[in-house]
Amino acid sequence: MNDLSAKLRRVRALTLKETMQIVRDPSSVAIGIVFPLMMILLFGYGLSLDVTRVSVAMVDEDDSSDSAALVAAFQHSPYFAVTSVHSMAEAKELVLNRKADGAVLIQSDFSRRWHRGEAEIQILVNGTDPNQARIMQAYAQGPVAQWGAAQAGSGSSLAAGPVVVVDRMWFNESNNSHFFLIPGLIVLVMTIIGAFLTAMVVAREWERGTLESLFVTPMRAGEFLISKILPYFGLGMIGFVLCLLSGKFLFHVPLRGSLLLLCLASMIYLLVALGIGLLVSTLVKSQFLASQLAMLLTFLPAMMLSGFLYDLRSMPAFIRGITYALPARYAVALMQTLYLAGDVGSVIWPNLCILAAMATVLLVLTRLATRKQLS
Amino acid sequence: MSASLLRILALVRKEFLAVLKDPRSRFIIFLPPILQCLIFGYAASFDLKSVPYAVLDLDHSKASADLLSHLDGSGVFRRQADLARTKDIADWIDSSRALLVIQIDQDFGRRLFAGESAPVQVTADGRNSNTAGTALGYFGSIVDDFNADWRSAHGQAGPPILIVTRSWYNPNLDSSWNMIPSLVGTLTMMGTLMLTALSVAREREQGTFDQLLVTPFRPAEIMAGKAIPNMVIGLTQSTTILLIAQFWFHIPFVGSFLVLYAGLGLFLMAAVGLGLFVSSIAKTMQQAMLYAFLLVMPFALLSGLTTPVSSMPEFLQSVMVINPLRYALDLTKRVYLEDAGFAQLFSDFLPLTVIGLVTLSGAAWLFSRRLT
Repeated sequence: MNDLSAKLRRVRALTLKETMQIVRDPSSVAIGIVFPLMMILLFGYGLSLDVTRVSVAMVDEDDSSDSAALVAAFQHSPYFAVTSVHSMAEAKELVLNRKADGAVLIQSDFSRRWHRGEAEIQILVNGTDPNQARIMQAYAQGPVAQWGAAQAGSGSSLAAGPVVVVDRMWFNESNNSHFFLIPGLIVLVMTIIGAFLTAMVVAREWERGTLESLFVTPMRAGEFLISKILPYFGLGMIGFVLCLLSGKFLFHVPLRGSLLLLCLASMIYLLVALGIGLLVSTLVKSQFLASQLAMLLTFLPAMMLSGFLYDLRSMPAFIRGITYALPARYAVALMQTLYLAGDVGSVIWPNLCILAAMATVLLVLTRLATRKQLS
Repeated sequence: MSASLLRILALVRKEFLAVLKDPRSRFIIFLPPILQCLIFGYAASFDLKSVPYAVLDLDHSKASADLLSHLDGSGVFRRQADLARTKDIADWIDSSRALLVIQIDQDFGRRLFAGESAPVQVTADGRNSNTAGTALGYFGSIVDDFNADWRSAHGQAGPPILIVTRSWYNPNLDSSWNMIPSLVGTLTMMGTLMLTALSVAREREQGTFDQLLVTPFRPAEIMAGKAIPNMVIGLTQSTTILLIAQFWFHIPFVGSFLVLYAGLGLFLMAAVGLGLFVSSIAKTMQQAMLYAFLLVMPFALLSGLTTPVSSMPEFLQSVMVINPLRYALDLTKRVYLEDAGFAQLFSDFLPLTVIGLVTLSGAAWLFSRRLT
């Protein structure tokens, strides 16, 4: 009994010391509070994949009334800003100088071929930005179809086609990208606070030798780890709450699953991140290496290989294989499902179990490594 | 003057030794850019490689089978299941086993043969609405193909006007042609800025910085001794990524190396200047690392790497005038893919020069102020 209370007293004292260090170091506060807020604002307001207006260089070699009507259709489209030029060389010059995003070419035989029923126009896009190029390609359908309809009178042969697609998007009817970015942000914020910050902090103690002096006291490895985990766990939960509140009140992302499960999933993932940070710093014992490794092993995968920004289904099979080893993948699946789809057992339990297993293995390994390094 | 040069050279040598002597730190300077370049080159794409779908075919006609064979023959759509009841749809979407569920109603074939338009209902998993939109787009274009085939097979008139698309500078609209040249600037900036910030902070933490101060080195010399090695390391990182782009990803380099390296040199001045700036604020390595991170994050996210600068709100666009990475990305891509020259890139060179000079001289001022 006496032994236990001594243990508790030691853990409390060390946790207190660690908390003081966090509170007193402006950079810890910056990463715990400023970082989540910055990410929320950047992802919420800064990033957008929507291309609003495409500027095109229009080359009308035909110069007939038919082609003039087509040019006018492009000019009236809200998606295009049209600059008329006289040759393709001129158009290419505009594209090269970023005065235009692409070009539309109406060839000299356009009108003649149109009356034979085989007209053709060329859209030239700048492939340097493939995403924008594809959007421009899609936008071009609009004015062309409009022109075609006007030329054919109210011709019914121009209706959408034999098969028409009626689509519905579940979970995000209004196609709002905040809906999938905010749940993913929780994972990103937890990763930074959990892994990045702890990796540096523990490595610093090894570098300065303060850990060795700590272990000549009655302190045990397990007690030491608990006192490191608790304060950063608290800091991580502050980040979580900030994301949660901004998701609800700033971006109105619906939470369709249970709040309890969401908290549980975040806590377990935070333990995984803490486990990685502690393990890395215990193994390399250098702040520089620990910070670079933590960045490479946790932050970048959480950003790029988790399904947060780039969908896993967009990756080739062997990269997708790698993602199975990365905890962020499971966390992002959990957050997106809990937020948007609800409590879907077949998604939640397997992912939660894998994360829990990862957390356990990492923390046990850290404990073993700490003990080994000391002896 | 020559004594000053000698002192700077000695410092440069010392700095290289400090960074490259330790095999682990050599490893950590060059491995991450290579690994990241390879992984991001493959992973950072909005093109879908596979679309798992389930189908609820209530029609079972020749026409519906024909439509589905168009899908299965696309190489992208992978049929996971043939459903029997409408209520199965929710189950397949909820559990993420299918990204799309396609429902073909009973009268689909009859309507098609009668010359009426026949609807197909598609339900998409919008948990990632961007992906769902892309998948719906793919589905739409396959239906367009099916419609064209159907019309020509049944003697109906085709679409009145054909749109032929050609793409300049990236014929297949391959995402990696955009992403990988962008990584040259992004990865180099992350590496160089953090390395510079940490190298000063480490000396300060270990007390060797104080020793430097009692030597005859002038503050400007100490700063040059820090800046030059980090710029050289940065240029080596850029070159590594450029080599990977050309020889691993086979993206043809059509521009001039002179223009590219002139731009990268200016960009590295800015990156190192920002690193020194951070290190003059930070008291410890932890602070240096975290402040550098807080600076790099918005610069990387708002540089046009993942989303176009022109789609950002006006306010952020004007704040990002100070972001060197934004100009470096534009410059690298345009030299690499379009063979742009100095004249076309004036709008990148001018701000890069200004930012480089301001950050380096600003850092020099902060440095000498702290030292005296």
